[in-house]
Amino acid sequence: MDNIVGTKSRLVWVVNLSALALVLLWLFPTFGLLVSSFRDRDQITASGWWKAMFPAEQTLQYRAPGAGDAVDENGVFVISGNVFEGGRGSVKSFGTSARDPGAFPAGETVPADDGADLTVLQNGDFRLTSATEFEGRRGMRIFVTSVTPPRFTFENYGRVLGAEGLGRAFLNTMTVSIPATVIPILVAAFAAYALAWMEFPGRALLVAGVVGLLVVPLQLALIPLLKLHNEIGLGKSYLGIWLAHTGFGLPLAVYLLRNYMVGLPREIIESARVDGATDFQIFLKIILPLSFPALASFAIFQFLWTWNDLLVALVFLGNTQDQLVMTGQLKELMGSRGGDWEILATSAFVTIAVPLVVFFAMQKYLVRGLLAGSVK
Amino acid sequence: MATVTIRNLVKRYREAEVLHGINLDIADGEFVVLVGPSGCGKSTTLRMIAGLEDISGGEVLIGDRVVNQLEPKERNIAMVFQNYAIYPHMTIYKNISFGLRTARLPAAEKDRRIRAVAEQLELTPYLDRKPGQLSGGQRQRVAIGRAIIRDPAVFLFDEPLSNLDAQLRAQTRLEIKKLHQRLGSTIIFVTHDQVEAMTLADRIVIMRDGHIQQIGTPTEVYDHPANTFVARFIGSPSMNLLPGAVTADGGLALDGNGPIAHPAARGLAPGSRVLLGVRADDLRVQSHTGATDKAPGLQLSGRVSVVEPLGPDMLVYLDAGLDAGTQQVIAKADTRQTLRPGDEVTLTAAPETLHLFDEQSGKAVAV
Repeated sequence: MDNIVGTKSRLVWVVNLSALALVLLWLFPTFGLLVSSFRDRDQITASGWWKAMFPAEQTLQYRAPGAGDAVDENGVFVISGNVFEGGRGSVKSFGTSARDPGAFPAGETVPADDGADLTVLQNGDFRLTSATEFEGRRGMRIFVTSVTPPRFTFENYGRVLGAEGLGRAFLNTMTVSIPATVIPILVAAFAAYALAWMEFPGRALLVAGVVGLLVVPLQLALIPLLKLHNEIGLGKSYLGIWLAHTGFGLPLAVYLLRNYMVGLPREIIESARVDGATDFQIFLKIILPLSFPALASFAIFQFLWTWNDLLVALVFLGNTQDQLVMTGQLKELMGSRGGDWEILATSAFVTIAVPLVVFFAMQKYLVRGLLAGSVK
Repeated sequence: MATVTIRNLVKRYREAEVLHGINLDIADGEFVVLVGPSGCGKSTTLRMIAGLEDISGGEVLIGDRVVNQLEPKERNIAMVFQNYAIYPHMTIYKNISFGLRTARLPAAEKDRRIRAVAEQLELTPYLDRKPGQLSGGQRQRVAIGRAIIRDPAVFLFDEPLSNLDAQLRAQTRLEIKKLHQRLGSTIIFVTHDQVEAMTLADRIVIMRDGHIQQIGTPTEVYDHPANTFVARFIGSPSMNLLPGAVTADGGLALDGNGPIAHPAARGLAPGSRVLLGVRADDLRVQSHTGATDKAPGLQLSGRVSVVEPLGPDMLVYLDAGLDAGTQQVIAKADTRQTLRPGDEVTLTAAPETLHLFDEQSGKAVAV
């Protein structure tokens, strides 16, 4: 008995550990994305997101003003200023050549080029003194190794949603996804009830047809459908993409819901019929509430799929600002802003935020609905 | 309240005929139980009366109206199902009120009736709960409540007690019987359990393979089974059936045993094969062998193989002396008798307790 219990608990451990590993596997990058999206652009280049809470040490190059800004103080020519130009930071060390940018600790006075002396204080103030007059319009280069405190900001979000056009794209995606989820559910629920519980000739054939449609790749229909849309005057419009998504989603929706509804106890439906309910009332009052897990799980599927879809949107929607969806916008940002991590991280997080919320809000239905549909 | 008349009812699934022309007249207020082994067509008959199955042939009348083409809701019936079939997403109150949904009654009157029904079935404390929070017996009471709230002409029960445990089953059985006495409505009740059938029914309809075997009151079918099937099906333990033949002088000779006198055998041609039926309760077990008091009726010698004490009495399984113990006979004996496996005993039965069946057709031979 002890043995059996022992083995079982070990197995549970294995399961739990693998679940934990999987969770970490996707939670880690997601969290990194979240942190990165709030960081300052310069700090992203200086250190990884896991160091976001610590001051970042980075080497800055500052070019001092040219000879024109020199001031004559009792025969000594002085150029002064602040290497941070008003920004925050703290100088740890400084140098005068690129080869050794951290040669001297802050506060020290060291000889620089052309017989000048350079002092850089911890707060970034520097003072360049020389007995002779400075020459040249380009000032001297000063290298400082500075320690900047961590800085978190909403600027990235503001920028991405506004200037980079992701806010508008977000609304466009919503405009696509919500009707493209609701319409197929409405249609499929009725169809599934009929296919599951109403006797009519050819029913089995229809079910077989739906199963057959499940395996048809949607790429097959893209061009003919677009041609049809153009011919009947829909063109590239939201109505067009709603219809397209509805069509592509319906086979799975009908199949999933029918299988779930077939599994509901026959007696419940018969009992309602004896109690005087019509087919429509049975559907509305009995079947629909009982099928909620299946409806919810399909809704999640369809929503995530339409939310993440790029292909269908590219075909059935235009490229203009009021039709470009978020995936399309993201793709353009990748091209034009490939190196700007703060933009990309923020965009990515804006994109996954809604699916995450949807998933966490309805995940219990997702699992239950999937199981209920197949295993019963 | 109404009568139910079934005329030549036939059910076919494609080619296969599962119900071969059933005739049944049910009086107003009668409690009729359809009983039989699984697959005998009893549930199909009930579902055809309810309108849940199409009628392939014949007629069903409720009152004096042919209902063949009517939808279930137009037949004014209520049905209680084996697995309750209550709506899991509605409260008990909603469940009971579902049947009243379409009734043209003021809301207050509906509420009053729902509460009255709940009170009757002792469901009042649970009205706001969901079915998931109730026990099996309570759920079945909800299903019954949903049926009686509509005050239908006929109640149909489809094995409503099968999902309950033994104790609850006996209790609910009693409640259904009381309900019938109180409402006085026509009830058609389907079960495979002959004890339920015997205890509940005004009349029992015994079915097998789509045919009615016998219709009668519980006493009739118990005392005068129409054939060997009914004889075996009704009563527990089953009736003993001993093979034999009619002798030349109009008596009866059991295979491997001596001749006995049986008045009914006189009408049969000598040599015809028969089965002699005798219930366990009618057999007397005498523990001494060879005590052949010359009383008329059955006398069998045998050896005890198993004894099953039941409390007040016990079941004795015997290898009767027919053909060197090939025939097993069950008898009921007083627990005060001490019987052990291996004991030699004599079984006797009074002539009026014996039943005679034709071996070929299984039909009872009139006494």
